[in-house]
Amino acid sequence: MFEMIILILDSTVRLSTPLLLACLAGLYSERAGIFDIGLEGKMLGAAFAAGAGAAVTGSAWLGLLCGIAVSIALALVHGFASITNRGNQIVSGVAINFLAMGLTALLGQDWFRQGGQTPPLPTEARFTSLNWPFAETLRDVPIIGGLYSELLSGHNLLVYVAFLMVPFTWWVLFRTRFGLRLRAVGENPAAVDTAGISVTWLRYRAVICTGILCGVAGAYLSTAQSASFIKDMTAGRGFIALAALIFAKWRPVPAMFACLLFGFLDAVAIRLQGQELPGIGEVPVQFFQALPYILTVVLLAGFIGRAIPPKAGGTAYVKERT
Amino acid sequence: MSAGQLPRWVDYGLMPLLNLAAAFLVSGLVVLLIGENPLEAVEILIWGSLGWNEGIGFTLFYATNFIFTGLAVAVAFHASLFNIGGEGQAYVGGLGVAIACLALDRFVPWWVTLPFAVLGAAAAGAAWAFVPAVLQAKRGSHVVITTIMFNFIAASLMVYLLVNVMGKEGSMQPETRTFEAGGRLPLLQDVIPGLDFGTAPLNLSLIIALLASLAVWVLIWRTKLGYEIRTFGASPTAAVYAGISPVRITIITMMISGGLAGMMAINEIMGSQHRLLIEFVSGYGFVGIAVALMGRAHPVGILFASILFGMLYQGGAELAFEKPSITRDMIVVIQGLVILFAGALEHMFRPALIRIFSFARTPATEAA
Repeated sequence: MFEMIILILDSTVRLSTPLLLACLAGLYSERAGIFDIGLEGKMLGAAFAAGAGAAVTGSAWLGLLCGIAVSIALALVHGFASITNRGNQIVSGVAINFLAMGLTALLGQDWFRQGGQTPPLPTEARFTSLNWPFAETLRDVPIIGGLYSELLSGHNLLVYVAFLMVPFTWWVLFRTRFGLRLRAVGENPAAVDTAGISVTWLRYRAVICTGILCGVAGAYLSTAQSASFIKDMTAGRGFIALAALIFAKWRPVPAMFACLLFGFLDAVAIRLQGQELPGIGEVPVQFFQALPYILTVVLLAGFIGRAIPPKAGGTAYVKERT
Repeated sequence: MSAGQLPRWVDYGLMPLLNLAAAFLVSGLVVLLIGENPLEAVEILIWGSLGWNEGIGFTLFYATNFIFTGLAVAVAFHASLFNIGGEGQAYVGGLGVAIACLALDRFVPWWVTLPFAVLGAAAAGAAWAFVPAVLQAKRGSHVVITTIMFNFIAASLMVYLLVNVMGKEGSMQPETRTFEAGGRLPLLQDVIPGLDFGTAPLNLSLIIALLASLAVWVLIWRTKLGYEIRTFGASPTAAVYAGISPVRITIITMMISGGLAGMMAINEIMGSQHRLLIEFVSGYGFVGIAVALMGRAHPVGILFASILFGMLYQGGAELAFEKPSITRDMIVVIQGLVILFAGALEHMFRPALIRIFSFARTPATEAA
């Protein structure tokens, strides 16, 4: 039983990582007043670029850089549409999702001719598990050994990066000048403008932060969790991350817990597939798959505390009326 | 950046065309990138979609889907609501159609089943939009987010129902049994003599879609409810002063929108597939956003935009057949670009156009 719990928690960590990265990515953008439903597309684009980059260069790090570059490029398209051209942010997000979905499949087929996949990566071109000191020796110690060697040790670098991004994001948002301004521009851009700070440039920087983190999330999928890019491999994770962001009420530490919860549901669903639960019978997998969305809707309905988005979210800032 | 600085024909004609041209220009660059000739691709696309009977049939068949989902988004637009849940509403709409067809197809002819199927589709789609609508109206939860969540909930629900409840007995396929003749809409070429669309599944749903377009036009511009919807969309505060209930308008508009999206399933399920199967919506709901944007939320515009997207779907299939390196994913890319340029970047050319037209007009006013 204890073994199984450790195993479920272990896969929870692995499954939460891309959610967490994408969720924190969305946090920067949405806190600055730019809604982003294009997290999914940016992740997918980055996963493809990272998989392709790592396959061609043989280096996971160069793959990661490719992923981040593509993700930032898509983020800048979103920024250009919604900040510079004051376009509809939702529409722009939908467009980015479509673009990423189409281009990754089209270019993947044209470049590698493996049905939209990128070539499988050898171990040295992937982010592989890092074993912590004494993980093997401590493995047999009851409880602590399992926790240490399975849960803490033995993940790849990007997993640790994701979880370290939580305190870092908290520090940036709540303890730096940039973070204060970023939050202000999401609540009251006119005040930021009056203080002589460029709303446009600030929002662009927030969108770039989103791009970087989505890039890491995508690279995690294709070069750490799997060994190649697979068509549509994000499979709605960008939207689960968005749900987690709302669930966390746009705050970094709760975002981590929301992602862990949703990752846990995913892990349990995989574990329970086709198994009978005592007293309940077989719970359909689809129920667990829908649960993150149902929980988010219930939260949005205001039954578990209210989720209030940044005040200026979704609206373009107009400096002066013409 | 306000309206009225440009002549109407520029606002409603030239600008969408410019946006579209930009989208196609970038699509051409993508085709160049994968080493094919864009002009040749355009030729195959247009010939494949309009050059022969069967192609036209398929183009109009796809267009029928887009008319429904486009109208759905457009109706919500008029109330300033963004219904991004057409995908889920159409999916659940399929459930309504399937229930009507499965219950009646063995006993009555298709024209008896049809009203029940239409009602089932509209009711199921409207029901799926109801919860997000109530949450928006009463709790202020953003309808965009809740409808996205409902798309995913619909996907899980339908897979569950098709695998565990409605699946055909003795089959592992997640689909219902095939409908008998009483649950199948006749093809258009069988009803109207002289038409021949080959194997294209173009059916009576096109007529229903055209009627729905007319109904939406009447609703929005010729009824009291439509006036209230537009007032609420233009200014919620003014609407409240005029005695219009925001809760009522939000819920009714969203349910009409969901109902229209749900009716898309008539074309796919009763008109073509003759069974309920998973993922039959496959993006039509999302593309409805592009259709509504391009059509400027007007039924006539939506008709043209739907035909354009129908051409893309059918022509794109031909293109993938003729040029294996340009896979069907190219259509998704073009859709993305159209949504980007015609939707999110719709004002990109406006400042330049305003400069051109105010320059052209100034000497004239001085002369007067």
